[in-house]
Amino acid sequence: MDLPKIILRSAVPLLIGIPILWIFQGAVGGPGGTETAMAVILMMAGINVILAVSLNVVNGFTGQFSIGHAGFMAVGAYTAAKITVATNSLEIVGIPTAVSDQLIFLFAMVAGMAMAALMGLLVGMPSLRLRGDYLAIVTLGFNEIIRVLIENTEFLGQATGISGLPKRTNILWVGIAVIVTIAMAKRLLGSTHGRALLAIREDEVAAEAMGVDTTGYKVRAFVISSAFAGLAGALLVHQIQLCTPRSFTFIKSIEVVVMVVLGGMGSVTGSVVAALVLSFALEGLRDVQQYRMVMYSVLLIALMLTRPTGIFGTREIWDMIPKLRKKVSS
Amino acid sequence: MTEFLQHLVNGLSVGTIYALIALGYTMVYGVLKLINFAHGDVYMVGAFAGLYISRGLGVDQEPSLAKAGVVFIGAIVICAALGVAIERFAYRPLRQRARLTALITAIGVSFLLEYGFQLPPVIDGEVPFPPGPTPRFFPEPFARVDFEPFGVHISNYDIVSLVVAVGFMLALQYIVYRTKFGTAMRAVSFDASVAGLMGINVNRVIVWTFALGSGLAAAAAILVAGSRPSINPLLGLLPGIKAFVAAVFGGIGNVQGAMVGGLILGLSEEYVAGYLLSSYRDGIAFALLIIVLLWRPEGLFGRVRAEKV
Amino acid sequence: MRYARALVMALLAIGGAAGAGCKDKEPEKAAPQTAETKTSAAPASDTIVIGHVGSMTGNEATFGQSSDNGMKLAVEEQNKKNGIKGKKIVLKTYDDQGKPEEAAVAATRLVTQDKVLTFLGEVSSSRSIAMGPVADSNKIPMISNSSTNPKVTKDGDKTRPFVFRVCFIDPFQGTVMAKFAAENKKWKKVAILRDVGNDYSVGLANFFTETFKKLGGDIVDDVSYKAGDQDFKAQLTKLKSKGAEAFYVPGYYTDVALIARQAKELGIKVPLMGGDGWDSEKLYEISKGALDGSFFSNHYSPEDTSPQVKDFIAKYKATYNSVPDAHAVLGYDAANVAFHAMETAKELTGPAIREEVEKTKDFPGVSGKITLNKDHNADKPAVVIGIEKNAPKYAATISP
Repeated sequence: MDLPKIILRSAVPLLIGIPILWIFQGAVGGPGGTETAMAVILMMAGINVILAVSLNVVNGFTGQFSIGHAGFMAVGAYTAAKITVATNSLEIVGIPTAVSDQLIFLFAMVAGMAMAALMGLLVGMPSLRLRGDYLAIVTLGFNEIIRVLIENTEFLGQATGISGLPKRTNILWVGIAVIVTIAMAKRLLGSTHGRALLAIREDEVAAEAMGVDTTGYKVRAFVISSAFAGLAGALLVHQIQLCTPRSFTFIKSIEVVVMVVLGGMGSVTGSVVAALVLSFALEGLRDVQQYRMVMYSVLLIALMLTRPTGIFGTREIWDMIPKLRKKVSS
Repeated sequence: MTEFLQHLVNGLSVGTIYALIALGYTMVYGVLKLINFAHGDVYMVGAFAGLYISRGLGVDQEPSLAKAGVVFIGAIVICAALGVAIERFAYRPLRQRARLTALITAIGVSFLLEYGFQLPPVIDGEVPFPPGPTPRFFPEPFARVDFEPFGVHISNYDIVSLVVAVGFMLALQYIVYRTKFGTAMRAVSFDASVAGLMGINVNRVIVWTFALGSGLAAAAAILVAGSRPSINPLLGLLPGIKAFVAAVFGGIGNVQGAMVGGLILGLSEEYVAGYLLSSYRDGIAFALLIIVLLWRPEGLFGRVRAEKV
Repeated sequence: MRYARALVMALLAIGGAAGAGCKDKEPEKAAPQTAETKTSAAPASDTIVIGHVGSMTGNEATFGQSSDNGMKLAVEEQNKKNGIKGKKIVLKTYDDQGKPEEAAVAATRLVTQDKVLTFLGEVSSSRSIAMGPVADSNKIPMISNSSTNPKVTKDGDKTRPFVFRVCFIDPFQGTVMAKFAAENKKWKKVAILRDVGNDYSVGLANFFTETFKKLGGDIVDDVSYKAGDQDFKAQLTKLKSKGAEAFYVPGYYTDVALIARQAKELGIKVPLMGGDGWDSEKLYEISKGALDGSFFSNHYSPEDTSPQVKDFIAKYKATYNSVPDAHAVLGYDAANVAFHAMETAKELTGPAIREEVEKTKDFPGVSGKITLNKDHNADKPAVVIGIEKNAPKYAATISP
């Protein structure tokens, strides 16, 4: 495939998605800049989708075991928050304030992604030669180190965090980010790169023997995954207008791992569905207060016992319906 | 110098606890290759089991060594049973599946115990069940006596902890390397299906491993709660993670590794907080761990297994 | 066949999710109707919903549940007094698991789905800060029960119009204890032990340091611990040799009780000082006398003979079979300030209630006379409580 075609194929979901999101934004947004509960819940679910799909690149596609996703979220979130807070009173000359604000936010998100990716590279380079649980410990440790560093840095607001962030996240931004993340994952999976990752997952030694640069591919997968975690972090903090270390504890990392495994390792649509199911189930259970997490844990155990490979296994949603599968593959 | 020695005593007292909990992780991992995420919560249940038994015996009115023994053994038995039940219902159905699957049910069990214990009371009493999130006072199982050699403060609790912990470790070492059951355990750990073919009852080995590991967690819980008498349903969270770190640090699946890992983690945390920056305590402990892992990817005592295609 | 089964499972899972989703949709559908009836024909609806966002589960569940108990008691009492303007009050509590993002979602649900007229919460400042924008943009007053960080009621330099609190703020409480240490006790050297992951603890420690140094004192060391730890001996051993006359330990009773015990075990004989996070009967039950000679700042003194305090403690004991802690008291007061404002408001709408909350002056709460200042913080004197024979004893009153 030549380059223009690739760009076109990648852009199609966005071209279709943005107008729909635009309409949706109008439909669920409340009057006068307020948000309905549905809109907020959808945004939170969307952020979880980004997290789950991006972690799937490392845990599902590549078969590595990372449990420090919240650490990368924090890096992206703090970077973006620092930028938007510092530029809150500024605007780009010659364009309306609203547009300028959104452009700055876009820049902040990209910067957050870049910073998270850089951190992913720093953590990934030395640690990805570790296997399984050892890698898990390093990522968990990184998550904790990031939290400890934030709590001890005055520049980052210590335990209180950075408050007074401008409200920037909306359905449109979350929707675009979700589409980009899913498109990234799907395109990656279909590419040579993705095949190499799958080979590493299935048998690392065999893959290496076949000439796959396993470390290189693993590090790249890790960097991509970290960048999107950073994006999710940036979106989250501009939704609640507050950036605190409490949003990025290792419990958050565990929640994302749960979504990935529940959806099925390596299944993009599985991650999406699991993230949505868990987000909405938790929200629906909010009324029952103390019983909520108990019911959540029972649901988790029951789902895993009945579907041990996750909701979709390694398959995608269209693989379930033979007719549709033919259409997609042809 | 006194301060240095005091830190040594403190560090050892924390380290033995980490080591005891880490043993549970490492044994289960050894036979099942599963991170028993709920292990920290079994430890928490151990503390509460001890509390309920103490209440029943009236330990707070008149503590005695006999009662302390009953509390200790009772908590160990309850936790061993809990460990076996968790294995039977949450892990065994998934044994042939991918390892991560069982990890998620382990997380589920962990949440179930943590949040289940935070529910409003069903059975009322002085300490209701479930106990709810409020911290509870754990009555001292026996009278506390303080010693002060060379200006270093040591209590009989520290000594008992150390003796009991070391005793358990030696016993475990004996069980694993000197008994028939230990041989079976190591065989299952090496290759469960081949061990089965050799006439070893794999299920029984796994059940006993869980019982032993959970019992050790309960022992650790009573030792901690006796001297640090405030317990709550999230008690197991931090020690659970730290003991897991200690187990991996020492080379997960390795008994001596877990002991040494626990002691090193306890001591390094102590000295970091005592002499360097206390606010970076957890961060530095993890940084140290990462550096060691990068230097020795299989942990301190872990054996590198040649990989074959 | 395999696919068919998988599909069924997937559909079931999605169905489950949708079912859960429907659960929130239903009240949403129902809510606009009640809202309509409320605005068009107010008397038709005979209940008033007020909300509470609290950590009913998670690390700080014990504080969230205490607050909720206090609020429930206030609602019960008010309903016995025939509610507000003849309408019964319903308290709607949402759990936030101790996470700021969850608190924001919960607040939005209370406001847009359950149509609450006021909402209360949170204990932790970071969660209250996350809820503030929801109150402002929806024009529904929020009264925080025990968030003490100054930023809670602030949006940059401006005061958030719809956010209030019934407790005093970190600068005040830190200053009070510093004054008490420097002036009443004439201590010159104090060491600090703070919970670095808790904004409350960090805030108090910082303001204590500032004032204590201004008054000529010396902070000999400043170390930190992490909430939930069981062992604090490393830090205490370090502090032991620094020659401090007292330790300032602004934290929650859950940790302080163990810190006190371990300090005693290490042979540390200096008194400890703390803030309102110490206030709980559990502190005495667990520390077992290790805190004798220590002091902490609080909202009220249990020896207070005012009928309000006595009455509240008696009622709380009768209902929950335990002595109320500071969070329960503040939850009760926050709810009552809200009720008072609703009573006096011209109409039952967010902005009208807000007007009245802002006017709160000398409101007789259990935690003292509450007057909200221009920054929407409560101005009230702090009480310093000493601990003698493992029981709280009034020591001093320090005014703002």
